[in-house]
Amino acid sequence: MVTIAAIIYEPGSTTKNKTGSWRTFRPIMDNKKCIKCENCYIFCPEGTIYEDENGDFKINYDYCKGCLICVNECPVNALTSIREEK
Amino acid sequence: MMNKKQFPREEYFAPGHRGCAGCGASIVARMALKAIGRDTIVVNSTGCLEVFTTPYPETAWKVPWIHTAFECAGAVAGGIERAIKALKKRGKYKGRKLVVMPISGDGGTADIGFQSLSGALERGHDMVYIMYDNEAYMNTGVQRSSSTPLFASATTAPAGKISKGENNPKKDMAMIAAAHGIPYVATACISYPEDFMRKVKKASDIEGPAFIQVLQPCTVGWGYSTENTIKIGRLAVETGLFPLYEIENGDFKITYKPAKRKPLKEYIKMQKRYRHLTDEDIEILQKNIDEKCKLLGLE
Repeated sequence: MVTIAAIIYEPGSTTKNKTGSWRTFRPIMDNKKCIKCENCYIFCPEGTIYEDENGDFKINYDYCKGCLICVNECPVNALTSIREEK
Repeated sequence: MMNKKQFPREEYFAPGHRGCAGCGASIVARMALKAIGRDTIVVNSTGCLEVFTTPYPETAWKVPWIHTAFECAGAVAGGIERAIKALKKRGKYKGRKLVVMPISGDGGTADIGFQSLSGALERGHDMVYIMYDNEAYMNTGVQRSSSTPLFASATTAPAGKISKGENNPKKDMAMIAAAHGIPYVATACISYPEDFMRKVKKASDIEGPAFIQVLQPCTVGWGYSTENTIKIGRLAVETGLFPLYEIENGDFKITYKPAKRKPLKEYIKMQKRYRHLTDEDIEILQKNIDEKCKLLGLE
Protein backbone atom coordinates (compact mmCIF):
# COMPACT_ATOMS: atom_id res chain seq x y z
CA MET A 1 0.00 0.00 0.00
CA VAL A 2 2.61 2.51 1.12
CA THR A 3 5.40 2.95 -1.44
CA ILE A 4 9.04 2.49 -0.44
CA ALA A 5 10.34 5.68 1.22
CA ALA A 6 6.86 7.13 0.63
CA ILE A 7 7.86 8.12 -2.90
CA ILE A 8 5.08 9.66 -4.96
CA TYR A 9 5.54 8.58 -8.57
CA GLU A 10 2.94 10.78 -10.23
CA PRO A 11 3.82 14.49 -10.38
CA GLY A 12 1.00 16.98 -10.03
CA SER A 13 -1.43 14.32 -8.82
CA THR A 14 -3.38 16.62 -6.49
CA THR A 15 -5.46 17.43 -9.56
CA LYS A 16 -7.53 14.39 -8.53
CA ASN A 17 -8.85 16.53 -5.71
CA LYS A 18 -11.42 18.94 -7.09
CA THR A 19 -11.24 21.90 -4.72
CA GLY A 20 -14.01 23.76 -6.56
CA SER A 21 -16.46 22.47 -3.94
CA TRP A 22 -14.84 24.75 -1.32
CA ARG A 23 -16.26 27.82 -3.00
CA THR A 24 -18.80 30.17 -1.40
CA PHE A 25 -18.42 32.92 -3.98
CA ARG A 26 -17.84 32.40 -7.67
CA PRO A 27 -15.74 34.84 -9.71
CA ILE A 28 -17.16 35.63 -13.15
CA MET A 29 -14.88 36.80 -15.95
CA ASP A 30 -16.13 39.30 -18.52
CA ASN A 31 -13.78 38.85 -21.46
CA LYS A 32 -15.10 41.97 -23.22
CA LYS A 33 -13.82 44.18 -20.41
CA CYS A 34 -10.56 42.25 -19.89
CA ILE A 35 -7.40 44.12 -20.92
CA LYS A 36 -5.16 41.03 -20.44
CA CYS A 37 -2.95 42.59 -17.79
CA GLU A 38 -2.50 39.04 -16.35
CA ASN A 39 -2.97 40.18 -12.76
CA CYS A 40 -5.56 37.48 -12.06
CA TYR A 41 -3.45 34.92 -13.88
CA ILE A 42 -0.31 35.43 -11.80
CA PHE A 43 -1.95 36.10 -8.42
CA CYS A 44 -4.22 33.03 -8.44
CA PRO A 45 -2.96 30.72 -5.66
CA GLU A 46 -4.26 27.67 -7.54
CA GLY A 47 -3.33 28.54 -11.09
CA THR A 48 -6.95 28.04 -12.13
CA ILE A 49 -7.01 30.96 -14.55
CA TYR A 50 -5.78 29.92 -17.98
CA GLU A 51 -5.49 31.38 -21.43
CA ASP A 52 -7.62 29.63 -24.04
CA GLU A 53 -6.73 29.25 -27.72
CA ASN A 54 -8.22 32.68 -28.58
CA GLY A 55 -6.03 34.38 -25.98
CA ASP A 56 -8.93 34.97 -23.60
CA PHE A 57 -8.53 34.26 -19.91
CA LYS A 58 -10.90 31.68 -18.47
CA ILE A 59 -11.46 30.30 -14.97
CA ASN A 60 -11.28 26.58 -14.27
CA TYR A 61 -14.11 26.13 -11.77
CA ASP A 62 -13.01 22.57 -10.96
CA TYR A 63 -10.27 23.98 -8.74
CA CYS A 64 -11.19 27.62 -8.00
CA LYS A 65 -11.58 27.93 -4.21
CA GLY A 66 -13.31 31.28 -4.49
CA CYS A 67 -10.76 33.39 -2.62
CA LEU A 68 -11.63 36.31 -4.94
CA ILE A 69 -8.08 37.69 -5.12
CA CYS A 70 -8.69 37.98 -8.88
CA VAL A 71 -11.80 40.12 -8.34
CA ASN A 72 -9.90 42.38 -5.96
CA GLU A 73 -6.84 42.76 -8.19
CA CYS A 74 -8.59 43.36 -11.52
CA PRO A 75 -7.86 46.98 -12.53
CA VAL A 76 -10.88 47.28 -14.87
CA ASN A 77 -13.51 45.30 -12.93
CA ALA A 78 -13.75 42.62 -15.58
CA LEU A 79 -14.16 40.13 -12.74
CA THR A 80 -17.21 40.14 -10.51
CA SER A 81 -18.42 37.68 -7.92
CA ILE A 82 -21.75 36.01 -7.23
CA ARG A 83 -22.80 33.71 -4.42
CA GLU A 84 -22.48 30.03 -5.23
CA GLU A 85 -25.93 28.47 -5.30
CA LYS A 86 -27.28 25.07 -6.09
CA MET B 1 -2.56 47.69 -22.61
CA MET B 2 0.41 45.75 -21.37
CA ASN B 3 2.41 43.47 -23.62
CA LYS B 4 1.03 40.00 -24.03
CA LYS B 5 2.57 36.83 -22.56
CA GLN B 6 4.24 38.67 -19.75
CA PHE B 7 4.50 35.64 -17.51
CA PRO B 8 5.64 32.13 -18.48
CA ARG B 9 2.69 29.86 -19.17
CA GLU B 10 4.19 26.59 -17.91
CA GLU B 11 2.69 25.38 -14.65
CA TYR B 12 4.93 23.37 -12.33
CA PHE B 13 2.61 23.65 -9.37
CA ALA B 14 -0.66 21.77 -9.81
CA PRO B 15 -4.05 22.90 -8.50
CA GLY B 16 -6.04 20.73 -6.11
CA HIS B 17 -3.60 21.14 -3.23
CA ARG B 18 -5.05 21.70 0.25
CA GLY B 19 -3.91 25.28 0.79
CA CYS B 20 -6.48 27.69 2.19
CA ALA B 21 -8.40 29.88 -0.24
CA GLY B 22 -6.25 32.96 -0.75
CA CYS B 23 -3.06 31.22 0.44
CA GLY B 24 0.11 33.23 -0.11
CA ALA B 25 2.58 30.33 0.18
CA SER B 26 1.16 28.62 -2.90
CA ILE B 27 1.57 31.90 -4.81
CA VAL B 28 5.24 31.96 -3.74
CA ALA B 29 5.80 28.39 -4.96
CA ARG B 30 3.95 28.97 -8.22
CA MET B 31 5.82 32.16 -9.08
CA ALA B 32 9.25 30.81 -8.10
CA LEU B 33 8.82 27.70 -10.25
CA LYS B 34 7.58 29.79 -13.18
CA ALA B 35 10.69 31.94 -12.87
CA ILE B 36 13.26 29.12 -12.76
CA GLY B 37 11.49 26.53 -14.90
CA ARG B 38 11.69 22.78 -15.18
CA ASP B 39 15.27 22.07 -14.08
CA THR B 40 14.57 22.68 -10.41
CA ILE B 41 14.98 20.39 -7.43
CA VAL B 42 12.85 21.59 -4.56
CA VAL B 43 13.92 20.89 -0.99
CA ASN B 44 10.98 21.60 1.26
CA SER B 45 11.37 21.55 5.00
CA THR B 46 8.38 20.98 7.23
CA GLY B 47 5.82 23.73 7.22
CA CYS B 48 2.54 24.79 5.72
CA LEU B 49 3.75 24.48 2.15
CA GLU B 50 5.03 20.95 2.66
CA VAL B 51 1.89 19.77 4.42
CA PHE B 52 -0.72 21.14 2.08
CA THR B 53 1.06 20.32 -1.20
CA THR B 54 1.72 16.66 -0.49
CA PRO B 55 -1.21 14.83 1.08
CA TYR B 56 0.12 11.30 0.53
CA PRO B 57 -0.18 9.70 -2.07
CA GLU B 58 -0.67 12.90 -4.00
CA THR B 59 1.64 15.79 -4.76
CA ALA B 60 1.10 19.22 -6.26
CA TRP B 61 4.71 19.50 -7.47
CA LYS B 62 5.64 18.75 -11.05
CA VAL B 63 9.38 19.01 -10.37
CA PRO B 64 11.59 16.73 -8.20
CA TRP B 65 10.75 17.45 -4.60
CA ILE B 66 12.09 16.18 -1.30
CA HIS B 67 10.74 16.69 2.18
CA THR B 68 13.20 17.25 5.01
CA ALA B 69 12.77 17.80 8.70
CA PHE B 70 12.51 21.35 10.01
CA GLU B 71 16.22 21.49 10.86
CA CYS B 72 17.92 20.49 7.68
CA ALA B 73 16.73 22.21 4.52
CA GLY B 74 20.17 23.82 4.14
CA ALA B 75 22.06 20.58 4.76
CA VAL B 76 19.93 18.48 2.42
CA ALA B 77 20.15 21.13 -0.32
CA GLY B 78 23.93 21.21 0.14
CA GLY B 79 24.12 17.44 -0.20
CA ILE B 80 22.03 17.44 -3.38
CA GLU B 81 24.14 20.21 -4.86
CA ARG B 82 27.38 18.27 -4.19
CA ALA B 83 25.81 15.09 -5.63
CA ILE B 84 24.91 16.95 -8.84
CA LYS B 85 28.47 18.25 -9.02
CA ALA B 86 29.87 14.73 -8.63
CA LEU B 87 27.50 13.33 -11.29
CA LYS B 88 28.41 16.16 -13.67
CA LYS B 89 32.07 15.17 -13.32
CA ARG B 90 31.07 11.71 -14.54
CA GLY B 91 29.43 13.21 -17.60
CA LYS B 92 25.78 13.34 -16.54
CA TYR B 93 23.42 16.32 -17.12
CA LYS B 94 25.61 17.73 -19.89
CA GLY B 95 24.85 21.38 -20.60
CA ARG B 96 22.03 21.54 -18.07
CA LYS B 97 21.97 23.85 -15.11
CA LEU B 98 20.08 22.17 -12.30
CA VAL B 99 18.88 24.59 -9.67
CA VAL B 100 18.53 23.42 -6.08
CA MET B 101 15.79 25.42 -4.45
CA PRO B 102 15.28 24.93 -0.71
CA ILE B 103 12.03 26.54 0.33
CA SER B 104 11.19 26.97 4.00
CA GLY B 105 8.92 29.04 6.13
CA ASP B 106 10.09 31.61 8.62
CA GLY B 107 10.15 28.99 11.39
CA GLY B 108 12.17 26.59 9.27
CA THR B 109 14.58 29.38 8.35
CA ALA B 110 14.91 31.84 11.20
CA ASP B 111 14.39 29.47 14.14
CA ILE B 112 14.76 25.74 13.71
CA GLY B 113 16.58 25.49 10.40
CA PHE B 114 18.93 28.34 11.15
CA GLN B 115 22.12 26.45 11.87
CA SER B 116 21.95 24.25 8.78
CA LEU B 117 21.13 27.28 6.63
CA SER B 118 24.02 29.22 8.12
CA GLY B 119 26.33 26.27 7.48
CA ALA B 120 25.17 25.90 3.89
CA LEU B 121 25.63 29.62 3.20
CA GLU B 122 29.07 29.56 4.76
CA ARG B 123 30.19 26.51 2.75
CA GLY B 124 29.00 28.24 -0.41
CA HIS B 125 26.64 25.67 -1.93
CA ASP B 126 25.12 26.76 -5.21
CA MET B 127 21.44 27.12 -4.32
CA VAL B 128 18.48 29.47 -4.26
CA TYR B 129 17.14 29.52 -0.73
CA ILE B 130 13.61 30.89 -0.53
CA MET B 131 12.18 31.83 2.82
CA TYR B 132 8.44 32.34 2.61
CA ASP B 133 7.81 34.64 5.50
CA ASN B 134 4.32 34.59 6.98
CA GLU B 135 5.57 35.77 10.35
CA ALA B 136 4.49 32.82 12.56
CA TYR B 137 4.12 29.03 12.63
CA MET B 138 0.91 29.00 10.61
CA ASN B 139 0.82 25.26 10.00
CA THR B 140 0.44 24.31 13.65
CA GLY B 141 -1.86 27.18 14.58
CA VAL B 142 -0.17 30.59 14.61
CA GLN B 143 2.53 30.15 17.26
CA ARG B 144 5.04 32.97 17.40
CA SER B 145 8.35 32.63 15.59
CA SER B 146 11.35 34.92 15.72
CA SER B 147 10.00 36.46 12.52
CA THR B 148 6.78 37.61 14.23
CA PRO B 149 6.74 41.42 14.32
CA LEU B 150 6.40 43.54 17.43
CA PHE B 151 2.90 43.72 18.96
CA ALA B 152 1.39 41.07 16.69
CA SER B 153 -0.83 38.64 18.54
CA ALA B 154 -0.05 34.91 18.21
CA THR B 155 -1.40 31.94 20.14
CA THR B 156 1.79 31.60 22.18
CA ALA B 157 2.12 35.38 22.54
CA PRO B 158 -1.52 36.38 22.90
CA ALA B 159 -2.62 39.95 23.43
CA GLY B 160 -4.50 40.50 26.66
CA LYS B 161 -4.72 42.70 29.74
CA ILE B 162 -1.00 42.69 30.43
CA SER B 163 0.58 41.63 27.16
CA LYS B 164 0.38 43.42 23.84
CA GLY B 165 1.26 40.26 21.96
CA GLU B 166 4.74 39.61 20.66
CA ASN B 167 7.25 41.64 22.68
CA ASN B 168 10.31 41.33 20.43
CA PRO B 169 10.93 42.96 17.09
CA LYS B 170 11.14 40.88 13.91
CA LYS B 171 14.41 39.12 13.21
CA ASP B 172 16.01 40.57 10.09
CA MET B 173 16.82 37.33 8.27
CA ALA B 174 17.87 38.92 4.97
CA MET B 175 20.52 41.01 6.68
CA ILE B 176 21.72 38.01 8.71
CA ALA B 177 22.08 36.06 5.45
CA ALA B 178 23.92 39.02 3.92
CA ALA B 179 26.34 39.00 6.83
CA HIS B 180 27.58 35.60 5.57
CA GLY B 181 29.03 37.47 2.61
CA ILE B 182 27.12 35.41 0.04
CA PRO B 183 26.81 36.64 -3.58
CA TYR B 184 23.09 37.39 -3.60
CA VAL B 185 20.52 38.36 -0.97
CA ALA B 186 17.12 39.85 -1.73
CA THR B 187 13.77 40.61 -0.17
CA ALA B 188 10.61 40.31 -2.21
CA CYS B 189 6.86 40.29 -1.83
CA ILE B 190 4.24 38.27 -3.69
CA SER B 191 2.37 41.47 -4.51
CA TYR B 192 5.20 42.44 -6.86
CA PRO B 193 5.47 39.37 -9.11
CA GLU B 194 7.78 40.86 -11.75
CA ASP B 195 10.22 41.95 -9.06
CA PHE B 196 10.07 38.60 -7.23
CA MET B 197 10.41 36.48 -10.36
CA ARG B 198 13.29 38.57 -11.67
CA LYS B 199 15.09 38.11 -8.36
CA VAL B 200 14.54 34.35 -8.35
CA LYS B 201 15.78 34.07 -11.93
CA LYS B 202 18.82 36.18 -11.14
CA ALA B 203 19.55 34.13 -8.02
CA SER B 204 19.38 30.91 -10.03
CA ASP B 205 21.86 32.26 -12.60
CA ILE B 206 24.38 33.29 -9.95
CA GLU B 207 26.99 30.74 -8.88
CA GLY B 208 26.97 30.20 -5.14
CA PRO B 209 24.34 30.59 -2.47
CA ALA B 210 21.48 33.05 -2.86
CA PHE B 211 18.91 33.90 -0.24
CA ILE B 212 15.51 35.44 -0.94
CA GLN B 213 13.08 36.43 1.78
CA VAL B 214 9.53 36.68 0.46
CA LEU B 215 6.83 38.33 2.51
CA GLN B 216 3.64 36.36 2.14
CA PRO B 217 0.47 37.42 3.97
CA CYS B 218 -1.44 34.55 5.58
CA THR B 219 -5.21 34.81 5.64
CA VAL B 220 -5.65 32.59 8.72
CA GLY B 221 -2.81 33.82 10.90
CA TRP B 222 -3.02 37.51 10.13
CA GLY B 223 -6.81 37.57 10.21
CA TYR B 224 -8.17 39.18 7.07
CA SER B 225 -10.60 38.06 4.37
CA THR B 226 -9.16 35.92 1.61
CA GLU B 227 -9.34 38.42 -1.25
CA ASN B 228 -6.93 40.84 0.46
CA THR B 229 -3.76 38.70 0.35
CA ILE B 230 -2.15 40.74 -2.41
CA LYS B 231 -3.46 44.06 -1.15
CA ILE B 232 -1.93 43.58 2.31
CA GLY B 233 1.40 42.55 0.85
CA ARG B 234 1.38 45.69 -1.25
CA LEU B 235 0.57 47.82 1.80
CA ALA B 236 3.47 46.23 3.73
CA VAL B 237 5.83 47.43 1.03
CA GLU B 238 4.23 50.82 0.47
CA THR B 239 4.25 51.69 4.16
CA GLY B 240 7.96 50.91 4.29
CA LEU B 241 7.44 48.05 6.73
CA PHE B 242 8.97 45.54 4.34
CA PRO B 243 11.41 47.29 1.98
CA LEU B 244 12.27 45.48 -1.25
CA TYR B 245 15.98 45.39 -1.89
CA GLU B 246 18.76 43.22 -3.22
CA ILE B 247 22.38 42.90 -2.17
CA GLU B 248 24.50 41.67 -5.05
CA ASN B 249 28.16 41.03 -4.18
CA GLY B 250 27.88 43.53 -1.36
CA ASP B 251 26.15 46.26 -3.37
CA PHE B 252 22.92 47.31 -1.69
CA LYS B 253 20.13 48.46 -3.96
CA ILE B 254 16.50 49.34 -3.23
CA THR B 255 14.45 47.75 -6.03
CA TYR B 256 11.12 49.38 -5.27
CA LYS B 257 10.78 52.83 -3.83
CA PRO B 258 7.25 53.90 -2.92
CA ALA B 259 6.54 57.41 -4.25
CA LYS B 260 5.18 58.41 -0.86
CA ARG B 261 5.16 56.09 2.10
CA LYS B 262 1.65 55.33 3.32
CA PRO B 263 0.85 55.56 7.04
CA LEU B 264 1.26 52.24 8.83
CA LYS B 265 -2.26 52.51 10.25
CA GLU B 266 -3.75 51.47 6.90
CA TYR B 267 -1.83 48.19 7.08
CA ILE B 268 -2.51 47.57 10.77
CA LYS B 269 -6.25 48.23 10.58
CA MET B 270 -6.78 45.46 8.04
CA GLN B 271 -5.53 42.68 10.29
CA LYS B 272 -7.07 40.92 13.25
CA ARG B 273 -3.70 40.12 14.82
CA TYR B 274 -3.25 43.85 15.47
CA ARG B 275 -6.79 44.71 16.57
CA HIS B 276 -5.80 45.26 20.23
CA LEU B 277 -3.43 48.13 19.36
CA THR B 278 -4.15 51.67 20.45
CA ASP B 279 -3.09 54.75 18.49
CA GLU B 280 -0.05 55.16 20.79
CA ASP B 281 1.10 51.61 20.03
CA ILE B 282 0.79 52.24 16.30
CA GLU B 283 2.80 55.41 16.82
CA ILE B 284 5.65 53.35 18.34
CA LEU B 285 5.61 50.97 15.39
CA GLN B 286 5.50 53.87 12.94
CA LYS B 287 8.52 55.40 14.61
CA ASN B 288 10.47 52.12 14.33
CA ILE B 289 9.68 51.94 10.63
CA ASP B 290 10.66 55.57 10.03
CA GLU B 291 14.03 54.88 11.63
CA LYS B 292 14.57 51.71 9.60
CA CYS B 293 13.61 53.44 6.35
CA LYS B 294 15.97 56.28 7.09
CA LEU B 295 18.76 53.76 7.59
CA LEU B 296 18.00 52.05 4.28
CA GLY B 297 17.62 55.32 2.37
CA LEU B 298 13.87 55.18 1.78
CA GLU B 299 13.31 58.98 1.87
